[in-house]
Amino acid sequence: MEWFDLTVVTGSLPEFWRGLWMTLQLTAIALVVGFAFAVPLSIARVSKNPWVSAPVRAYTYFFRGTPMLVQLLLVYYGVGQSEWIQGMWETGNPFWLLFRDAYFCALVAFSLNTCAYQLEMFAGAIRNTPHGEVEAATAMGMTRATALRRIILPSALRRALPPLSNEVILMLQGSAIASAVTLVDLTGAARNVYSRHYAPFEAFIFAGLLYLAVTFILVGLFRVAENRWLAHLQPRRSASAQKD
Amino acid sequence: MDALIEYSPSLLAGAWVTLKVAILSLLLAVSTGLFGAACKLSKIAPLRWWTALYTTVVRGVPDLVMMLLVFYGGQVLLNQVSDRLEWEMIELNAFAAGVLTIGFIFGAYFTETFRGAFQAVPVGQMEAGRAYGMSGWQVFWRILFPQMLRYALPGMGNNWLVLLKSTAIVSMIGLSDMTWLADQAGRTTHQPFAFYLAVCVLYLAMTSVSNAVFQRLERRYNVGVREANV
Repeated sequence: MEWFDLTVVTGSLPEFWRGLWMTLQLTAIALVVGFAFAVPLSIARVSKNPWVSAPVRAYTYFFRGTPMLVQLLLVYYGVGQSEWIQGMWETGNPFWLLFRDAYFCALVAFSLNTCAYQLEMFAGAIRNTPHGEVEAATAMGMTRATALRRIILPSALRRALPPLSNEVILMLQGSAIASAVTLVDLTGAARNVYSRHYAPFEAFIFAGLLYLAVTFILVGLFRVAENRWLAHLQPRRSASAQKD
Repeated sequence: MDALIEYSPSLLAGAWVTLKVAILSLLLAVSTGLFGAACKLSKIAPLRWWTALYTTVVRGVPDLVMMLLVFYGGQVLLNQVSDRLEWEMIELNAFAAGVLTIGFIFGAYFTETFRGAFQAVPVGQMEAGRAYGMSGWQVFWRILFPQMLRYALPGMGNNWLVLLKSTAIVSMIGLSDMTWLADQAGRTTHQPFAFYLAVCVLYLAMTSVSNAVFQRLERRYNVGVREANV
């Protein structure tokens, strides 16, 4: 094939693997950090006290209403502009120095973004908890905190699995913008290969195939997880159901 | 702040570019989606397979990768064509590449939305239309389409919001949308924070207006539907 030179791909394989590894790291760390903050914040989001729920609502409104690319640029280029931060850099404080690092900034922006989406999903699932479950917990003499920990959260998080699998895929795809802040993720590697060989088809189609493969694996893993943790919500396999 | 005021006409021009990209992509995506849904529900198996391949690939590959492929790959193809025909070199337009890619990507999402909505309309409705002596086309326009739209609206609103936000990546192929202009202005004035924040506010304004519009549309198309009292 004239337009697809395989040697371009095979010659750049190590570069593609390094990029893929960077993509997987960014995606996984952002998802885990986002999850860690999303669970407590989702409880705050459903609180009846407006002083607790309104700030969380404002946070998700901002992060779900603006593009992740702009959020990333805001963290990477914008935060470094502030004189206060620059003053902190001069003191050599290691925490603030992190904001000069593209990798750290990407993780901050991605985590903040996915946390906003995840927490709204969890909040939705908490609101949809069958009220019988909560009543049963109260009848058993559980306090609100115990009921939350033993009944509401486990039940809500399970039901949030299908939308969560969607968010994981979207985060993987979304992380492609990391190359906008000099990071060499899978897309960044493809861009480098393209500009070195002037071979757009080889570079971007191969990167696309790798993304596709990771997506398939993730979808498969979530299917296994759903079969395990959502088994009690699935329709019973009866003789009549097998017909169609 | 002064810098922001100075650059505000340029930012607003960028906002207009963003809106143009978004609206043209939406038109392309909705028509692709209707066509795709028709293929997915068709009786011809190869049509179903191709659409299944289309929606799977689109959802598994990042929009940026696809846009770079269309933009740079399209340029290579154009060069080869113009070489062969001995034309002058044609420069591929970033605007066209952006609209085509975003429209193509969201066409897949609209395909799924419309397919689900078409299937949600009870078959009895179409049979009733037939029983009244309507032609197939009349059943489609008078019975199926308006009811399908009611089921599709929430999904369409969602797709539109995601589409609107994904237009920001056109700045990465050099199209001067508001993100690109904010980047330039931020570099010149050394105040990137203010400019990116301004872009965020503009996007928030667009998403909030869209939300309000879709809520009204949903109310309009849900006329006569009784909601369950939970």
